[in-house]
Amino acid sequence: MSAAAEKILATTLARVVAVERETHDTFTLSVTPVEGEPPEPFQPGQFSMVYVFGVGELPISISGDPADTERLVYTVRSVGQATHALVSRKPGDVIGVRGPFGTAWPVKEARGKDVLIVAGGIGLAPLRPVIYHVLRNRDDYVRLIVLYGARSPRDLLYRKQLAEWGRAPDTQVLVTVDYGGLSWRGHVGVVTTLFRQLRLHPAETVAFICGPEIMMRYVIRMLEARGVAPQDIYLSMERNMKCGAGFCGHCQLGPYFVCKDGPVFSYRQMQPWLDLHEL
Amino acid sequence: MESKSLEEILREHPFLQGFKPEHIRKMAEMALEVQFARDQIIFREGQESGLFFLILSGKVALEVSAPGRILRVQTLEAGEELGWSSVLGEGGKHFQARSLETVRALAFEGARLRQACEQDPSFGYALMRQLLRVVAERLQATRLQLLDLYAPRAAKLI
Amino acid sequence: MSEPDAKRGTAVWVSRAGLNQLIANLKAQGYQVVGPRIADGAIVYDAIEGISDLPSGWTEQQEAGTYRLRRRDDDALFGYNLGPQSWKKFLHPPLLRFFAAERNNGELRILPSTEPAPRYALLGVRACELAAIQVLDRVFLKDAFVEPNYASRRRDLVVIAVQCTRAAPTCFCRSMGTGPAVRSGFDVALTELGEGFVAQAGTERGEQLLGSVERAPADEELIRQAQEAVEQAAAQMVRRIETQDLARRLQEALESPHWDDVARRCLACGNCTMVCPTCFCTTVEDTSNVRGNRAERWRKWDSCFTESFSYIHGGSVRTSVRSRYRQWLTHKLSWWVDQFDMFGCVGCGRCITWCPAGIDLTQEVSKLVASG
Repeated sequence: MSAAAEKILATTLARVVAVERETHDTFTLSVTPVEGEPPEPFQPGQFSMVYVFGVGELPISISGDPADTERLVYTVRSVGQATHALVSRKPGDVIGVRGPFGTAWPVKEARGKDVLIVAGGIGLAPLRPVIYHVLRNRDDYVRLIVLYGARSPRDLLYRKQLAEWGRAPDTQVLVTVDYGGLSWRGHVGVVTTLFRQLRLHPAETVAFICGPEIMMRYVIRMLEARGVAPQDIYLSMERNMKCGAGFCGHCQLGPYFVCKDGPVFSYRQMQPWLDLHEL
Repeated sequence: MESKSLEEILREHPFLQGFKPEHIRKMAEMALEVQFARDQIIFREGQESGLFFLILSGKVALEVSAPGRILRVQTLEAGEELGWSSVLGEGGKHFQARSLETVRALAFEGARLRQACEQDPSFGYALMRQLLRVVAERLQATRLQLLDLYAPRAAKLI
Repeated sequence: MSEPDAKRGTAVWVSRAGLNQLIANLKAQGYQVVGPRIADGAIVYDAIEGISDLPSGWTEQQEAGTYRLRRRDDDALFGYNLGPQSWKKFLHPPLLRFFAAERNNGELRILPSTEPAPRYALLGVRACELAAIQVLDRVFLKDAFVEPNYASRRRDLVVIAVQCTRAAPTCFCRSMGTGPAVRSGFDVALTELGEGFVAQAGTERGEQLLGSVERAPADEELIRQAQEAVEQAAAQMVRRIETQDLARRLQEALESPHWDDVARRCLACGNCTMVCPTCFCTTVEDTSNVRGNRAERWRKWDSCFTESFSYIHGGSVRTSVRSRYRQWLTHKLSWWVDQFDMFGCVGCGRCITWCPAGIDLTQEVSKLVASG
């Protein structure tokens, strides 16, 4: 058996080098291996299995810049015991990391086209590596459009970066919140309401979607109504995962193991199964 | 502004996509160009404003007041419609509308639109059909909003 | 007396004493020999020292929701079909420690695992169970990743198969194309006839094993008797699943009202997944000591019948029993084909016998396909 195969289930110790508060419940952790080699390179959309001592292991999307070979970056929302334990790590603490696992957003196939990113909530985290990639390889793509919806202004991730990205050439960043207060002068409405402001070139567009499943289904309907083909729509699915390698069986969705056949799927792959209740 | 250029403006507005030229002309005859400065109240909750707007530029927030605060539930921008309930003419406004920046719009009196619909059922059908489309879109968005999808326990509402 | 060649393709006669010798030889080579024995009112698979541990003269009565040991009127060693356990408990243990870790002053250390994987020799593997091992091989060794714990137990595995000469009413291996005759995947295959066995090597190791025990030539009459005994088992089989186009037809039946019918009977106890020789799903549990400086990660068998199985933040994907039964059955007989180009069911019938509600997979499948 190869060393790589042995490593599938072996966690690599990594030290937390930075913890950044994004919102009231979401934090971004940067980690670097405790010893030896830099982390294994990752593709935008891939995830790691992150181990917190005594608490457990969690699948976490990598939200950093794929060109940064020194660190692995995770944006984590504290929603339960395990995620709470993870975001409570301090710089200097050591965690375990396995991976990267899973399929990637097809950034190569999207070359020469408009890249449309539609994200909801924490769903922007697995898409941020795509934005880094497109901005770093700007000439490979035509327009970059980012539609981002969150619950309220205080739930918006990467606010500074969103503003920066919006100023980049041929880049349109539209942000909306479901509920706004008097101090929020931006858009209010679910993420699908942003489509009224878009001029899409459906045949020249590749769409990457990540967010709650219901939101993704609505967004897909908007895209289909505007003529974007199923094979040009990609989405990232979430399922229970214990291993990341297709062994534990938890992440099954119809014919797929979300951990190894996904998490990124084309809508053409997912189309027959997406609307089936409790599949 | 002459009615001819109003017709041109109307032809480009998404609300009138698919309207016949004579229907666009009819709309143009009833249109009144209006402008609101930033942070102006366009209509208040409960008010019987009676006006229906097609937004040409700028951004409008629909607001509802709750004890101690004001919630913004939707924003409308260029190419969208404001005050659709005026076309029905029943009761007052459900939300307060406020311009978030300078807003240019075309205003239509609800009563005149209703009258035109009744006189010309073909125009009436075209108008109501578009209006239904707008309302359906708003309804879908509202349902999605109601699901509160990004809440930590969204799926556990019930 | 010159002993016959034990080459592949040549059947030989091995007496019970010869089998005992074979077990002793395996043990001498450092193998842990595991095989059938009686415990807790059932045939179980456990360590055996010699043929005296085998369930001589025992058989079982099986039906949907029923299992009883019964006396035979002879002293056959392998006169039963299948107990609740399968060989996956050795190859894919129900409980396995992934690792232990220590934390001191914020520093984390993963403690190296020192336990070598056990070397098993399996005695009494039925044709359906051979097929089940091949299914697990496909899942753990021949996919995108290699599962190291399975690989280490599988690498040096010795398999002594025993062909079935009778079928339980719950058996349906014939329709799944996996038995009752064994075809591949064994080192030695035995067919029990009276006081001994017609034996055949399937591998070089099998040749060595047979070559080192007392044996006699198996004449044509013996070989014919062995064949007839296996054919008799095939003829006894009453249950079957129509596999023609089955994977697709089940996918067309995903919204069938029949799932609700099964769900009214299914207790979601997960017994079927525990006894299934191919169900491989696991979960992980983390434990830590009271001082909080040592933690362990344990892998445990899991079942898609639990609500927590599909939990993601916000709730479980499959909250209804209907959806969980559907996941299990469609995985076995439909999605498995998409995932691994084979069925995940080998026709052993354990899920039928050990279902406390007596739910019969073969009947549910035919109703589902008819309703789809």
